[in-house]
Amino acid sequence: MYTQGLDVPSPEPPATLDGGLLEKRFLERVDAEEKIEPKDWMPERYRTTLIRQISQHAHSEIVGMLPEGNWITRAPTLLRKSILIAKVQDEGGHGAYLYSAAETLGVSRDHLVEQLLSGKAKYSSIFNYPTPTWADIGAIGWLVDGAAIMNQIPLCRCSYGPYARAMVRICREESFHQRQGYDLMLQLARGHTSQKRMAQEALDRWWWPALMMFGPPDSESTHSGDSQRWKIKRFSNDELRQKFVDFTVPQAKFLGLTVPDPLLRWNEAAGRHDFGPIDWSEFNRVLKGNGPCNTERLAARRSAHEEGAWVREAAMAYAEKQRVRNEKVAA
Amino acid sequence: MEDKHQWPLYEVFVRSRGGLDHKHAGSLHAADARMALEHARDLYTRRLEGVSIWVVRSTDITASDPADADSLFEPARDKVYRHPTFYDIPDEVKTL
Repeated sequence: MYTQGLDVPSPEPPATLDGGLLEKRFLERVDAEEKIEPKDWMPERYRTTLIRQISQHAHSEIVGMLPEGNWITRAPTLLRKSILIAKVQDEGGHGAYLYSAAETLGVSRDHLVEQLLSGKAKYSSIFNYPTPTWADIGAIGWLVDGAAIMNQIPLCRCSYGPYARAMVRICREESFHQRQGYDLMLQLARGHTSQKRMAQEALDRWWWPALMMFGPPDSESTHSGDSQRWKIKRFSNDELRQKFVDFTVPQAKFLGLTVPDPLLRWNEAAGRHDFGPIDWSEFNRVLKGNGPCNTERLAARRSAHEEGAWVREAAMAYAEKQRVRNEKVAA
Repeated sequence: MEDKHQWPLYEVFVRSRGGLDHKHAGSLHAADARMALEHARDLYTRRLEGVSIWVVRSTDITASDPADADSLFEPARDKVYRHPTFYDIPDEVKTL
């Protein structure tokens, strides 16, 4: 149940058990692939790790609506426009599922939104890149949603029940996002030379940021150890990144487009693609808030939140008025 | 515990097809029950996942505590005779 009302963590473990024993039982349950539910005992670090990860994920879905929403009014056909609206609506929905899952850990929605708007919380740095052409919408669906799916499928088996269930729902919906993106790229790649060039330029823009979505290399990832022990994370950043490259390179080839990496080679002996080094200084720059659109994205979220405030307040006031009126009628 | 400005939380239950039970789908915030229904429609049935929706204020649900599960469900543990397979019926006896 996604209910924070029911799920207030008990401040003290039961007197009969010491913390060590509780943690041992918790780890046994995780090892046995049992799901941990909101009211179950869990180590405080497990709780804070999950709150951080799930809320960052939710923020990413919400901010992720912005680069694409930008193109809704300029989609080239009514069908493409309808598809894009449906996709952006899904992203909003995914954000809502994930906020609910985070709330089961005892943190309020208002607090989470506040953290995003104040810039305290992070979201996926991929959404700080601009979408200058229509082909970027195709590249986002194909590459960004493709990378997201690669990251998210293992999360369906995450040890925390509400997160795992939200991810099952999200993954079911996400496949359409990737396919509509590839379909869009295919249409451009088969079109006029200028359309094909547009598709190639979008691939050039999004390829490296998409690879960075898997996070820092395993040698530098700070959160991985505990997350893997707790079965929140099942595969390492580098494993998932490699899988993504191996899946995506043939898809690019089919489109007749060139992956912008001169060092990309099929390694027959290893049975995988070798690829060039990633510019992590760029990743860190964007992560620290100095990407092309960081300021613009947060400003858009803030103004949406502020301009919607009167609606939220009016709805609450109306609900309260109705409640009082109904009480009077009943009395 | 509940912030006055934050819309209250509702739990959403969706009946996926006629003849099936309503099943917990998730939760959402709404100002009142009617808004909760509309939000539930937009949030949990965007792909025709349901034919009927229930919403209930989360605070109106009383739940058992998983920590008490052992003692709560203990009474049923030693009553195997409640299952039909407990009884050995001779092969000669049919349709039982």
